[in-house]
Amino acid sequence: MPETADDNYKMAETINEVKFSDAGMAEIQRYISHYPEGRQKSAILPIMHVAQAEFGGWLSPQAMDKIAEILNIQPIEVYEVATFYTMFNLKPVGKHVLEVCRTGPCCLRGADQVIDMLKEKLNIEEGETTADGMFTLKPVECLASCGTGPMLQVREKFYENIDTEEKLDQFLETMRNTEVETPYHQAQ
Amino acid sequence: MGIKILTEHINVPGIETLEVYRKHGGYRSVEKALKTMSPDEVVEEVKTSGLRGRGGAGFPTGMKWSFLAKPEGVPRYLVCNADESEPGTFKDRYFMEKTPHSLIEGMITSSYALGANTSYIYIRGELMFVLRILEKAIAEAYAAGLLGKNILGSGYDLDLHVAPGGGAYICGEETALLESLEGKRGNPRNKPPFPAVKGLFASPTVVNNVESIASVPWIVNNGGAEYAKIGIGRSTGTKLFSCSGNINKPGVYEIELGVPVEEFIYSDEYCGGIWKGKQLKAVVPGGSSVPILPANLITKTAAGEDRLMTYESLSDGGFVSGSMLGSGAFIVFDEDQCIVRNTWNYARFYHHESCGQCSPCREGTGWMEKVLHRIEHGHGHQQDIDLLVSVAKQIEGNTICPLGDAAAWPVASAIRHFRDEFEWHIKHPKEAILPGAVYRGQLATIEA
Repeated sequence: MPETADDNYKMAETINEVKFSDAGMAEIQRYISHYPEGRQKSAILPIMHVAQAEFGGWLSPQAMDKIAEILNIQPIEVYEVATFYTMFNLKPVGKHVLEVCRTGPCCLRGADQVIDMLKEKLNIEEGETTADGMFTLKPVECLASCGTGPMLQVREKFYENIDTEEKLDQFLETMRNTEVETPYHQAQ
Repeated sequence: MGIKILTEHINVPGIETLEVYRKHGGYRSVEKALKTMSPDEVVEEVKTSGLRGRGGAGFPTGMKWSFLAKPEGVPRYLVCNADESEPGTFKDRYFMEKTPHSLIEGMITSSYALGANTSYIYIRGELMFVLRILEKAIAEAYAAGLLGKNILGSGYDLDLHVAPGGGAYICGEETALLESLEGKRGNPRNKPPFPAVKGLFASPTVVNNVESIASVPWIVNNGGAEYAKIGIGRSTGTKLFSCSGNINKPGVYEIELGVPVEEFIYSDEYCGGIWKGKQLKAVVPGGSSVPILPANLITKTAAGEDRLMTYESLSDGGFVSGSMLGSGAFIVFDEDQCIVRNTWNYARFYHHESCGQCSPCREGTGWMEKVLHRIEHGHGHQQDIDLLVSVAKQIEGNTICPLGDAAAWPVASAIRHFRDEFEWHIKHPKEAILPGAVYRGQLATIEA
């Protein structure tokens, strides 16, 4: 895993071309059309979501530059937004990013233990990716699922009531056999 | 069982589809408002209803609407705040996921009242699956002529869009939300100008919570005066409560405002009592930012009266012995929960979510997290408690937006009501760091 900004850029240099799929591009155009003339920058967050879904779960400098080009804004305007919002990963991640809620209400029902078990089972610390590139562990703040905690999110799906080790094992097994999908492809 | 205004049909199979929703009386308020009422008449009904903002502040919705500036030739916007991020709150997600058309109906009727021709639902980015449910329902509404040009032949036009956020609690603050909706970092704006004058794209804008907007159709259908009859005093209508923590039946409950807190906690109709036969220790009644109350002060006020689920009763006693209704996130703690650990958890949350714009909040939330971390991990100093109180005081009221207050109140209230627990952590660091260690008053015991 890259450790410094320089490493990030070196890794990014290995990316040759950033090209959205036709479905992704259609989704981007649809979001842009929601805003008044001259306010196309408003669509930046949904576009970053599309980019992250299309390009391996993270936003490379190239992907962000491409977004700037599409929106006709300066790249810095994309960087400053990308660094503000926690959903955007600015480093490469594993196939499945496990976003485990670590906030109060989930902790009342055992979220701390779930995070500890995940660290042990996957042999990684928070923010790290497993050696096989399968999982990244990313504890996050409240996901509006407090009545069904402990819980975690992987891309657009919530996995709720993970309150026993058996359920956690079962979840990990399911994820190992789950392929990555970009949901808006189905929505169209 | 009280009256259900928002959730009456929520468990009807297929209620997420336009067909089933209309079969159960859906979109009647759109017909009534657009065909028989003027926009001002709708505003008047909402004013009469006494409906108060359901996002947390409890400001009267009708009054907020009446502040909207209406200069000639400038578009106005209605923005629905679906950035539900307050720890403990999940009612809006539940509601939108189950019955998306209820929100869309409310958006149409409310947009008509405000004279908005483009409206947005800003939903937190983590709820992308709910965004897709809403977009599907919106497409159905367009196809049925309930959105778009000349809605139901009334001559009124409305476009409705859903916009996702990117994971930032601060975007639930209305001016930060507007910044985010404009594609920027979610830094709250200085007020004035208020959004009612200069909001989205520098145009007059109203920002309302999901639940507030979804209450409007019933008010239009039945009249504001009927709505005002529900509830007690200035707490009119029904409210969704998100119930979490150590209870038997976590979930979302719609209640008529005025149910006694004790009944709400122990009745099988609602929370179903404390889980595993344990005792109640404390409750945060309105989302993580409102003051925590110990068991004796949550069911009764300091004066010994029954505390009720209303704005007034939950705040009875001010911050000395009361709390707030907030967003209606009812977080229940059993006897085995450590208040210090929980307070540290929330302090970490607010530090993580501070936008960094104002120094008292940016620095203060970091200090509170650090000091609480060291107390919880056995390195606390006796003066740390006063230090926390002092930091909290210096954040409160000294920031552009209420996130600073929201960070200060949980810390200040935890110390106010559970000071001995903090002191025990500091005096007995070796015991306090054992897993599962909990201070139990005079008879402190350790259960590993």
